[in-house]
Amino acid sequence: MKILKKLIGMALAAGVFISSGAFADTVKIAFIDPLSGPFATTGSNGLAEWKFAVEKLVNEKGGVLGGKKMEVVALDNKMDGKESLVQVQVAIDQGIRFIAQGNSSGIANAITDMVKKHNKRNPDKRVIFINYSAVDPALTNDKCNFWHFRFDANADIKMDAITDVIAGVPSIKKMYLIGQDYSFGKAVAAAAEKYLAQKTSIEIVGNELHPIGKVKDFTPYARKILASGADAVITGNWGADMVNLGKSLSESGYKGPVYCYYCASNGITATFGEAGKGMLHLVGEGLQNPSRPALTAYHKAFKAKYPKWDLSQPRIINAAQMLAAAINKAGTADDMVAVGKALEGMEFYSEILDTKVLMRAKDHQAIQNVHVGIHTNDDIDIDFDNSGYGIKVFKTVEMASMDSPTTCKMKRP
Amino acid sequence: MPSQTTSTISFSSLVPWLIAALVLCVMPFIFTGGGSITIMNQIGITIVLAMSYNMLLGQGGMLSFGHAVYMGLGGFVAVHVMNIVENQEIWLPLPLLPLVGGLVGLGFATIIGSFSTRKAGTVFAMISLGIGELIAACCIIITVFFGGEEGISGDRTMAPPTFGVEFITQKEVYFLIAFWVLISTFLMYLFTQTPVGKMANAVRDNPERAEFVGYSMRWVRYVSFCAAGFFAGIAGALFAINFEILTEQNLNLGASFTVLLATYIGGVGFFLGPIVGAILFTLLQTVIGLQTDLWALYTGVVFILMVMFMPAGLTGLFAMHIIPWQLGRIGMLIKPYSKIFIPGTIFIVGAVCLTELINHVRHHGDEEFMTLFWVEFNTRSIVPWGVFIIFTAVGFWFSRALAVEVKEAWGNATFVEGVRR
Amino acid sequence: MDLIIINLIDGLIYGLLLFMLSSGLTLIFSMMGVLNLSHAAFYMLGAYFAYQISTITGFWVGLIVAPLIVTVLGAGVERYGLRRVHQYGHVPELIFTFGLFFVIEELVQYVWGRNMVPYNSPESLNFIALNLAGGTIPAYKIFMLLVSVAIFVTLYYVLARTRIGMIIQAALSYPKTVEALGHNVPLVFMGVFGVGTGLAGLAGVIAGPSLTTFPGMAFLLGSIVFVCVVVGGLGSLTGAFVASLLIGWLQTFAASYNIGAGDILLAMGYEYPKDVYYHPWRDLWTLTLPQIGPILPYLLLVLVLVFRPHGLFGKRES
Repeated sequence: MKILKKLIGMALAAGVFISSGAFADTVKIAFIDPLSGPFATTGSNGLAEWKFAVEKLVNEKGGVLGGKKMEVVALDNKMDGKESLVQVQVAIDQGIRFIAQGNSSGIANAITDMVKKHNKRNPDKRVIFINYSAVDPALTNDKCNFWHFRFDANADIKMDAITDVIAGVPSIKKMYLIGQDYSFGKAVAAAAEKYLAQKTSIEIVGNELHPIGKVKDFTPYARKILASGADAVITGNWGADMVNLGKSLSESGYKGPVYCYYCASNGITATFGEAGKGMLHLVGEGLQNPSRPALTAYHKAFKAKYPKWDLSQPRIINAAQMLAAAINKAGTADDMVAVGKALEGMEFYSEILDTKVLMRAKDHQAIQNVHVGIHTNDDIDIDFDNSGYGIKVFKTVEMASMDSPTTCKMKRP
Repeated sequence: MPSQTTSTISFSSLVPWLIAALVLCVMPFIFTGGGSITIMNQIGITIVLAMSYNMLLGQGGMLSFGHAVYMGLGGFVAVHVMNIVENQEIWLPLPLLPLVGGLVGLGFATIIGSFSTRKAGTVFAMISLGIGELIAACCIIITVFFGGEEGISGDRTMAPPTFGVEFITQKEVYFLIAFWVLISTFLMYLFTQTPVGKMANAVRDNPERAEFVGYSMRWVRYVSFCAAGFFAGIAGALFAINFEILTEQNLNLGASFTVLLATYIGGVGFFLGPIVGAILFTLLQTVIGLQTDLWALYTGVVFILMVMFMPAGLTGLFAMHIIPWQLGRIGMLIKPYSKIFIPGTIFIVGAVCLTELINHVRHHGDEEFMTLFWVEFNTRSIVPWGVFIIFTAVGFWFSRALAVEVKEAWGNATFVEGVRR
Repeated sequence: MDLIIINLIDGLIYGLLLFMLSSGLTLIFSMMGVLNLSHAAFYMLGAYFAYQISTITGFWVGLIVAPLIVTVLGAGVERYGLRRVHQYGHVPELIFTFGLFFVIEELVQYVWGRNMVPYNSPESLNFIALNLAGGTIPAYKIFMLLVSVAIFVTLYYVLARTRIGMIIQAALSYPKTVEALGHNVPLVFMGVFGVGTGLAGLAGVIAGPSLTTFPGMAFLLGSIVFVCVVVGGLGSLTGAFVASLLIGWLQTFAASYNIGAGDILLAMGYEYPKDVYYHPWRDLWTLTLPQIGPILPYLLLVLVLVFRPHGLFGKRES
């Protein structure tokens, strides 16, 4: 037992040593998202976007703090809560001060909670959590803290934009809400109820949650939606749940629009193809058609390096640049209080995405232009999945939900 | 580990435990490198869980696909208790929390085991699968208790200090976990020495004969099942203390599958097997996981090969060598082993490199260069392909040729006049 | 009323798909006494092979070739894997098939990546076959139905009327006697395992375009197939058929009707809590049938195993 433990321990120490690699002269960001297992595509795509943004927009423009390079360290959380916390701890143990994560609000909740506790217990080793994709509104409301910064528009903001569009379509009289049974799905449903009541007189004919990742056949749901006489559907579904829902709807003879949060890229656009044309209405920041010269150039360079991936999470561009700006402004990459204070309230203009970004100080929620676009293959400059299909923007809400209220009571160090 | 069967605990039988305790104490001072304590904590929790699982699979012959349920339930209650303690509604020092988790695991195992242990084999496996799915689904639905998908979190430092320790640092938590790993291992060892523990083995190996001794198979399975639930609950509470959060992922099918993998790789027939398995599996997951996104593929392949060629697991492989050792012929094996070691390693390295290279070209083909074993090379050139294919082929060929020699040496080393092994 | 008819049809299509998987599984079990936990992985392989072939030659070649490849693979697994493990006993056999599930799942991701793949139904079947109750049933679904029924009929014919069917039937009840009669039982084993997994592969081929071809598809459908065979009675083809249809309808109807626990509570005279989101019984008040629909089969599984361990139609226990 003793010998065995010794051997294993040696292997353990060696492994950790190798992986840490010790570069003192770079500012490291730990990228913690799924890189293996069924959800790895979103994670790997995000990693490519991070690496490219950091290289192209920070390092090639002189780095931070007068020449230091930024470096993205990829850590695989296998889409698992426990593994995420282990990886955060591994990152902290390696001296990394910036944690970037995005896939799954549940994991983001766990990380923000851990970061809060860690920073309280270890004032000399504080870290900042860059949430680039998890959109559960609670993260910038009840569960907000000084160390968490969200660069994506949250579920409420996106719903605000969707309902702006819906309010302008008089033919929609009945709405069906369907989502996955977890915090994000519930947040989408709650926001839809709230904004539809505020802005329209649309009747909600169905509001339901289905078990996440457990429904094998969505046909009965599609039948129910058709039978309810709904003119439009709003869903926060992602992954196979999104594709199966959309496919079942179109197979069952549904003709109306489906307003969705995650119905593009990572194979979804290619799988829908012609079937999704005119049906899928995607809400998001940084949607890409029609393109602009700065975006076209950036996209072209990205595709040259990563032909298989898309710019599916464009806020990463903002996150990388704003973080670099904050580090420069604070003059340090070690004092997280200073970096945090520099980041909150920061205003930034992204030439590539043609939007102003404001990191709201009161809840650390980024405010930016939010678009609604449609899945099509007409007039597409930048497609997804190399399929010829992409999202064409037809409505832009500038600085969406700029003055929205928050329940956040930020405690600053 | 002692194999003696006397029920009295003599000093000499305590020696291995004292050594184990000493090793556990010095570990955090030897491995101070970044992340090692984090990983050791995780290993500790997995050890308790895997050993409790082995009470079912290894000792009782019950294949469970839902063992993580008891760990998860114990953990969830532990987090809730932690929160109640934080509100100062009850007084409970943190080191006693695992006991709470254990009792919860025991409670649920008592209820579920009452009907699931009636039969062994496929029926038991299927019931455990069904129960696992049911409770994991409830986890999402009953948000009051399980907190839905985001789970329930707590704060361990809010418990009353134990001798001035507030469990703020990872190292303090390490000692708490190490303490419980030692206690649980010891208790589980004592369980194997009780009449029920011994009967469990007999029931596994030959249920009919075991009945003749006068024990009901069902009763033996039931008692083992409850005990396994208790220790799984302890592991759950340790998890709650270490991570301060529990989610559905702690008790779903995936979590249960992980325990099965870890335990089996270590070796189910041996008391020490799950310990080896837990250590190895966690290292595979964390250390290898940092290096390659194919870690699960490697784990799966190793697992399949083990089931096919080494059903007794890694510990079994070591245990096999006791006979030549006792015969004083272990020396006969050293030469053939070291001879096959070189081509074997070449084969494995070549095969792994080839796998990684194909994976890189297929899924990360946009990056021209890749690094394997600290060497960076161009994937577009033919050289690495040629080298890896030659490595694999040559390594395989020589290993196969030398395997005959090893087999022969093994036969000689274990040959006893008049006994066929 | 119209909705009920359309649900019956949807449930039938889904149930027959399940039957295609569970028939192979139960055949394997009845012959070899081993529950093939990797069965759904072969279903996934079928879909991916068919996708790969369809990108070159179109859908119809894939429909024929992919199940054949899966059959050969399945037979190979039996010959070189399972047969070896058989000597160690029953539990190791289960564990072997369990590990195989993992490896196949990982291999699929290794070869085809982690994305879903655009495997779609053929152009010639892209039209609406039926208009019912304001909804439509696409021709592809009707095609799925026909294939499933054809398989069902063929299987029954083979088992009841042919010589090989007789041997398999006999082996169901008296495996030892069949061996004693001089039949090459290992060959029959290999054949049955191959055909069983081939059926799973065929199910994958036709389900792939409809239920999406992605790496999680095996896991998603995997355990439900065990429910079908166990509830129906391990080793019973009739049982597997009845249980598959039962579960197909159970899931379809549970997803179709939004009956809430809250309505029932109201009917029982309880008062709706004011602020339901903070109420201690909030989960009960907001619970609906579709939410628990996917776990009903597992409830059924546990209940059947507890009260009738040999299933609805089973003859042997395990």
